[in-house]
Amino acid sequence: MKGKMIKRYAMAFLAAAALGALLIFAPDIGNAALGTTLYSLEEMALIIPPIFILLGLLDVWVPRETMVRFMGEGSGIKGMVLAVLLGSAAAGPLYAAFPVAAVFLKKGAKFSNVLLFMGAWSTTKVPMVLFELGSMGAVFTFTRLGLSVAGISIIAFAAQKLIGPREIERIYENANNL
Amino acid sequence: MQTVILYAATAVLVVISLIKNKQKTKKAMIKAWKAFENILPQLLGVVIVVGIALALLDTETISAVIGSASGWYGVAIASVIGAVTLIPGFIAFPTAALLLVGGAGYMQIAAFVSSLMMVGVVTLPVEIRYLGKRSALIRNAMAFVFSFAVALVIGKVMGEI
Repeated sequence: MKGKMIKRYAMAFLAAAALGALLIFAPDIGNAALGTTLYSLEEMALIIPPIFILLGLLDVWVPRETMVRFMGEGSGIKGMVLAVLLGSAAAGPLYAAFPVAAVFLKKGAKFSNVLLFMGAWSTTKVPMVLFELGSMGAVFTFTRLGLSVAGISIIAFAAQKLIGPREIERIYENANNL
Repeated sequence: MQTVILYAATAVLVVISLIKNKQKTKKAMIKAWKAFENILPQLLGVVIVVGIALALLDTETISAVIGSASGWYGVAIASVIGAVTLIPGFIAFPTAALLLVGGAGYMQIAAFVSSLMMVGVVTLPVEIRYLGKRSALIRNAMAFVFSFAVALVIGKVMGEI
């Protein structure tokens, strides 16, 4: 148990040691690195806990039938739109979407809808778009946004085809065991 | 603001869940913690590594490499930088605006932003754990290629090509 724990955190320890070394031997770079790291940690600490709590609640409360009806095979356009809307309403970095995606799969959401959901989470998130508007202007933002909606749809369907039914079955199995 | 909404929504749902069923709520919290602890070590490592990488590259260096005259070569570099870094959006966009002021082109910034948001090389191990190797690699590869399409269209719209 303890050995496993050390192994799991080995990369984090190594990275922290490197950061420590930089702070001592190259304080300029070390301080900048520490600043960015703390920024990201702050984001993690703020946004991640509620997402995982919501994930737990989703897992416990939403029955499989409901998920299948709204986002499963045969949910059609409605399921696709719902997947994009849910992803766009999300907060937090893309890596937080993976466990959510796994729960969706476990509950019987269609694979391409889960890909759409992840695509939307990565790039059409509403809070992020507001930031983009403020920094990059309307022309840039809306061009990229429109293109992204098309892009994530193409990626969702092409990826589903490329990944293939056998591997997709394995992914569902894996999601069940997580 | 989004954090406030997120916390408020979560709190309301937890309270409703508690009222309806204490046992189930407890189970949900345990699941939440397990899922979190599952990816925590990888995330910690990633966050520190990216922090160091970003400290080594400053805005001036990046602007010089992906300047508006750098063309598709700059777009490719911008896409790669976007793919291997992990920056929260509320830092990424102001940074992108700084890069533009520093001389980066719209095409290159578009490629950077798109691949930053959609491609996650450092978080690949996390993605693989949940969605399998094949799926993770295909999704990331496609998103990487897509960032070039975004660069092309933004380049046209912004009058750079």
